[in-house]
Amino acid sequence: MALKVGKVRGKPIALDGDRAVAEAMRQMNPDVVAAYPITPQTEIVMRFSDFVASGEVDTQFIPVESEHAAMSACIGASAAGGRVQTATSGAGLAFMWEVLWIASGTRLPIVMHVVNRSLSAPLNIHCDHSDSMGARDAGWIQLYDENVQEAYDNAIQVVRIAEHPDIMLPTLHAMDGFILGHGVERLELLPDEAVREFIGTYKPEHSLLDVDHPVTYGPMDLQDYFFEHKRQQAEAAVKALEVVPLIGEQYGRLTGRHYGLLDGYRLDDAEFATVVLGSTVGTTRIVVDELRDQGVKAGLLKVRCFRPFPATAVAHALGDKKAIAVLDRSLSFGAQGNPLFLEVVTALFTHGFSPKVVNYAYGLGGRDTVPAQIHQVYQDLINIDEEGFIGPPVRYLGIRD
Amino acid sequence: MAINLKEMSAQRELLAPGHRLCAGCAETIVVRQVLRAVGQPVVVASSTGCLEVATTPYPYTSWRVPWIHSAFENVASTIAGVETMYRSLVKQGKMEDRGIKFVAFAGDGATYDIGLQFLSGALERGHKFLYVCLNNEAYMNTGIQRSSATPMGAWTTTSPVGSAVPGKRENRKDITAIIAAHDIPYVAQAAPHAWRDLMTKAQKAIAADGPSFINVLVPCQRGWRFQPEETISISRLAVETCIWPLYEVVDGEWRLNYRPATKKPITDWLQSQGRFQHLLTPQNKHIVDALQHEVDRQWERLLERCKLPS
Amino acid sequence: MALKSWKEIPIGGLIIDAGNSEEYETGSWRSFRPVRDSQKCNNCRICWVYCPDIAVQVEDRKIVGIDLAHCKGCGICAYECPQKAITMIEEALAKEEV
Repeated sequence: MALKVGKVRGKPIALDGDRAVAEAMRQMNPDVVAAYPITPQTEIVMRFSDFVASGEVDTQFIPVESEHAAMSACIGASAAGGRVQTATSGAGLAFMWEVLWIASGTRLPIVMHVVNRSLSAPLNIHCDHSDSMGARDAGWIQLYDENVQEAYDNAIQVVRIAEHPDIMLPTLHAMDGFILGHGVERLELLPDEAVREFIGTYKPEHSLLDVDHPVTYGPMDLQDYFFEHKRQQAEAAVKALEVVPLIGEQYGRLTGRHYGLLDGYRLDDAEFATVVLGSTVGTTRIVVDELRDQGVKAGLLKVRCFRPFPATAVAHALGDKKAIAVLDRSLSFGAQGNPLFLEVVTALFTHGFSPKVVNYAYGLGGRDTVPAQIHQVYQDLINIDEEGFIGPPVRYLGIRD
Repeated sequence: MAINLKEMSAQRELLAPGHRLCAGCAETIVVRQVLRAVGQPVVVASSTGCLEVATTPYPYTSWRVPWIHSAFENVASTIAGVETMYRSLVKQGKMEDRGIKFVAFAGDGATYDIGLQFLSGALERGHKFLYVCLNNEAYMNTGIQRSSATPMGAWTTTSPVGSAVPGKRENRKDITAIIAAHDIPYVAQAAPHAWRDLMTKAQKAIAADGPSFINVLVPCQRGWRFQPEETISISRLAVETCIWPLYEVVDGEWRLNYRPATKKPITDWLQSQGRFQHLLTPQNKHIVDALQHEVDRQWERLLERCKLPS
Repeated sequence: MALKSWKEIPIGGLIIDAGNSEEYETGSWRSFRPVRDSQKCNNCRICWVYCPDIAVQVEDRKIVGIDLAHCKGCGICAYECPQKAITMIEEALAKEEV
């Protein structure tokens, strides 16, 4: 497809993440949106409903009666051969858990904007990654947004990733609830035509509405075929390691903002590194700069694509570091560490590296994570290197003991 | 088209043989009648259940029309998504309006219990689809467990008959009335022996300008314990005893479609199936009386709703 | 049907060959087989409308026979036939012609 080579002038604007995503949705004009409100995603559905009411989109909006119904309707609509999007948070994502697997198993390129929120109990409406991390095995591609600009940019890119013929997997991008969802930041919006041209048109190979070629979706597999169907899914997930940067590169040529699987910040010659995803990446950049000013060789590895996990790139980026801290904004109770930590350690080990790595659980239930705490993390890494001793592999940052 | 078996027998069957349903199962008897009445083009959705697993064991499918299954409880939401995408694509000029119709098939478990939220939501939003409940009065696909459609006194594996408890204790839910309370254009009850009635209802339902619902009694030779060849006669008996009245609610107006000349006693119904055998003992007479009373009460209430004398 | 590898089948569990269950012969399930007396049959098509397995064969609007590859021998056709034109006989003793 013909894309404008060279930067398209974006329009600078101040928006919160929810509204930026709603704006991207308006520009993408999906055929169907089925969604249910839940804090802190509600701004997305409310704003999008305004677009529907004013006729600014052609989207048929289904105000479903639950999140499970939202994803179920998305499945039906996507199988009917058009573009489908939804958005949710926390318990809403948890409620759709069953159907997330069905969406990916049926290979439907549904797009979901997740505004990260914790999972009860106790009830908490604030940011952490337990919702999307809880769904990490469901077969969806997962990208994490660092800031509102990324929330907007990723919202657009995920459509192309999901629909890529080698992929055909539902895809989500996640942004920190309240912090990015409700936090107003400066970003550049693309002109409507640039978004439309970038996403192009969707031409599915099969569709329920192609009544002249009837297809059966969602049959029953017995022991003889289920494994093979899942193997196909695993293959597509691995292919996404090529497709995510491919789309990110095309987007970069369009906007000047290039995206890949991950991003190193002052990492090449760093001795002490943190691995972070989500909005805390932004906080960490500032800490890295401050440490560098003090002569500490600090660096940061931002993971953008969590599923599939870019193991080789991560391993080579971190292999030579003296000490590494992986920050997790969710807990995996009873595991050897939390989700991102487990991925990083496995990646290092399977590529023949064994630097010292520790895990910090942070920010659960919206707990604010400030630069001073990140400074403490780097100090811990320096201590680990000096003493040659890791101590407890999993620590809790910013908790009252 | 007119309900005429001769002309209909010349039409191509939309369901292929080779499905794995039990011998004598009424589910496909109903599906064949509904699909014939609705005609093409049609998109069908099924909930998880006997029909779904037996018609699509990979790599085989019995469906000669586009068909989707996603999960147990959500067939209403799934078909609502398909129907909405159709309207969206047609409205945007991305596809031609082919007059596609949408039909969902779901069991009583999927409809009365786990799927009630999804059905209610889809009806409230007014999607244009026909929802056919295939009511065999229990969760049959998992091996005969009670649902809220199971009649009082019936044996099921989760309401078994023992010295402490004589089968299901609760009366069945009146789902047809609950659906009628959603004020959708067309609601009906039907049974597979009355093919002309069922097919007429399917035609009226699919022509409605909005959602429609037909609750069809599906006698199950395995779960109810009768001989496979008796399926249709059991269906007939359900109507003759007023256990399963044939009626419709058209734009809120209740109409009785069939009134038995002589209302047969409930004992005829209970004697015909193994799942009720324990009720025919003297110590369970009070349950039989309660059942007869319940049938009579509901029948009188239906007559009243239909503005008919008792 | 021979088992295929994951590279040979459509993704997502899709079945593209609509109605291919016809290849699966459920006729092997039978213990009893329907035998139709074409003299008594008046083509009312009651057997056809009630057959769960689409096994009553119709050609040019007339009943011509039973699809023995799929008939499961449930006996509904025999039970319901108003003319009593169908009898169920034991499969083991059955002859080929209807």
